[in-house]
Amino acid sequence: MDSVLKISDLAVDFKTDTGLARALVNVGFDVPRGKVTAIVGESGSGKSVTANCIMRLIQPPGRIVGGTIHFRPERTDPFEIVSLTKKDPRLQELRGGLISMVFQEPMTALSPVYTVGNQVAEAILCHRKVGRQQALHEAAEMLDRVGIGDIDRRIKMYPFEFSGGMRQRVVIAMALVCHPEVLICDEPTTALDVTIQAEILTLIKDLQSDLKNSVLFITHDLGVVAQLADQVVVMYQGRVLEIGTVRQVLKTPMHPYTKGLLAAIPGLAPKGEPLATIASVVGNLDITTPHPLTTLADGRQVSLPPGKLSNDASDGRPATKQASTGAAS
Amino acid sequence: MSPPTEDMLLQVEGLSKYFDGVAAVQDVSFDVRRSETLGIVGESGSGKTTLARCILRAIDPQEGVVRFNSSTGWVELQHMSAKALIPLRREMQMIFQDPFASLNPRMTVREILEEPLIIHKVGNRAERLDAVVDMLNHVQLEQDSLTRYPHAFSGGQRQRIGIARALILHPNLVVCDESVSALDVSVQAQIINLLEDLQNQLGLTYLFVAHDLSVVQHICNRVLVMHQGRVVESGAVDDIFANPQQNYTKLLLSAIPSPDPDVPLRPLDRHELGL
Repeated sequence: MDSVLKISDLAVDFKTDTGLARALVNVGFDVPRGKVTAIVGESGSGKSVTANCIMRLIQPPGRIVGGTIHFRPERTDPFEIVSLTKKDPRLQELRGGLISMVFQEPMTALSPVYTVGNQVAEAILCHRKVGRQQALHEAAEMLDRVGIGDIDRRIKMYPFEFSGGMRQRVVIAMALVCHPEVLICDEPTTALDVTIQAEILTLIKDLQSDLKNSVLFITHDLGVVAQLADQVVVMYQGRVLEIGTVRQVLKTPMHPYTKGLLAAIPGLAPKGEPLATIASVVGNLDITTPHPLTTLADGRQVSLPPGKLSNDASDGRPATKQASTGAAS
Repeated sequence: MSPPTEDMLLQVEGLSKYFDGVAAVQDVSFDVRRSETLGIVGESGSGKTTLARCILRAIDPQEGVVRFNSSTGWVELQHMSAKALIPLRREMQMIFQDPFASLNPRMTVREILEEPLIIHKVGNRAERLDAVVDMLNHVQLEQDSLTRYPHAFSGGQRQRIGIARALILHPNLVVCDESVSALDVSVQAQIINLLEDLQNQLGLTYLFVAHDLSVVQHICNRVLVMHQGRVVESGAVDDIFANPQQNYTKLLLSAIPSPDPDVPLRPLDRHELGL
């Protein structure tokens, strides 16, 4: 498999008053080129910390204490991200140039005091030697591409004049305007209405199949994962528990934690019965003891003790049961 | 609208609320039966929170009637003075969305839960402590939580504190305004289960405001779909999810991403539907 990012043994600690908090413990997975990889997990599982490591955005009291992230872009020579010094010019090229990021809160990601045209053009001016007019022209093209019509007027508008969904389109335009090889989306639709979420997901999916870039998509919503991802990485307490294709992980989950995550989705549960929770699915199985990831014959990787490596789909709720939300019809 | 009957807890008729001349809620009418869960769904800006707040008189509606079947009989809430509403506040409570913003960081859990009892002059100190401990048990929090501050709790635990505060006065009507939206899916499942258990134990009636339709489908008996301040469709939740009549409801339902990768997302187009 051709991987654009190869993350190995990544470890991050945060210094707190009560000692070291281990945010990531030996996290390792590959991001395949030209595909969508989703990282799922609950808050505190380390999804965003992993993304921030790739961009080298971990700030004190956090610190990357080990591991490597090998990056193999097509445009330039491969390099390792964790060992880059702060002054290395490749770091600047990486951030926003080769890899860029879309955040959860579009209003926080945009500056309130610059027009949207200026902000998208700034991304170009940071990375390429082009004139202001040219940058604004390219910004307009990208804004048009993410579905913001009436560009001549809108390019001069400020973020507060846009709705949440339109703002997120601007952020996506900013992220894509330098043609990054990897786009990291950190919960980009969590703050949006379900209808707007559907529009943004469709946009990200369409752009990805046009531009053929690699996408790392962080979310806690398994519905979003099912619709967007090719590969899924399940994280829990700073560790990777399961990696597989979207069908492997969502239809025949192996790790009890993954089964619990799926069972807790309200749309899948019979009405009138209590919802399954992770605790009720996992029961007294131990999921906190780390086990190394084992690669199985079908290519998936799972962190389970050797005795538990056969997939018994009968326990846990079968994920293939149709979500009776009406979305299917 | 038919006159209220004794199995109803709330009847809303022709409710409207304008902000600077813009209608946030327009001519909304519905009934809520005792011990049922009525969902209110819609996108942001559809008026669902404004409607909930008008009912509780957190804000004042301009038009319409809100009838509430209180312990002393039917009352019309919309004209009552703030003072006259105070005893009724015991019977109608709210559980908020954000478990971080809705708890005072400088009060202990005991103070937070005891405050409604003090305001409504319920019991003496010892009786109040008993009530607080009893409610902590109901929401499955440890007794040693009493002396701790909100920051010492996780999001799910904080939401339990918010639920305990709402229920400590034994209300009949509980308005849940996006009460599980800020929670992780597993914690959300725990809180949904807790809300359902408490409803069965205490005979609560929920007005459940939410934008997550799968949560609504699970927890609600009936649902109102709101769009631009109006109720565009209402009925039994299973009927509406299986067979939506209005374009707006179809649009909402089509936008839910299925957790089955073989059921592709095909959201309907708002403009093609004429919305």
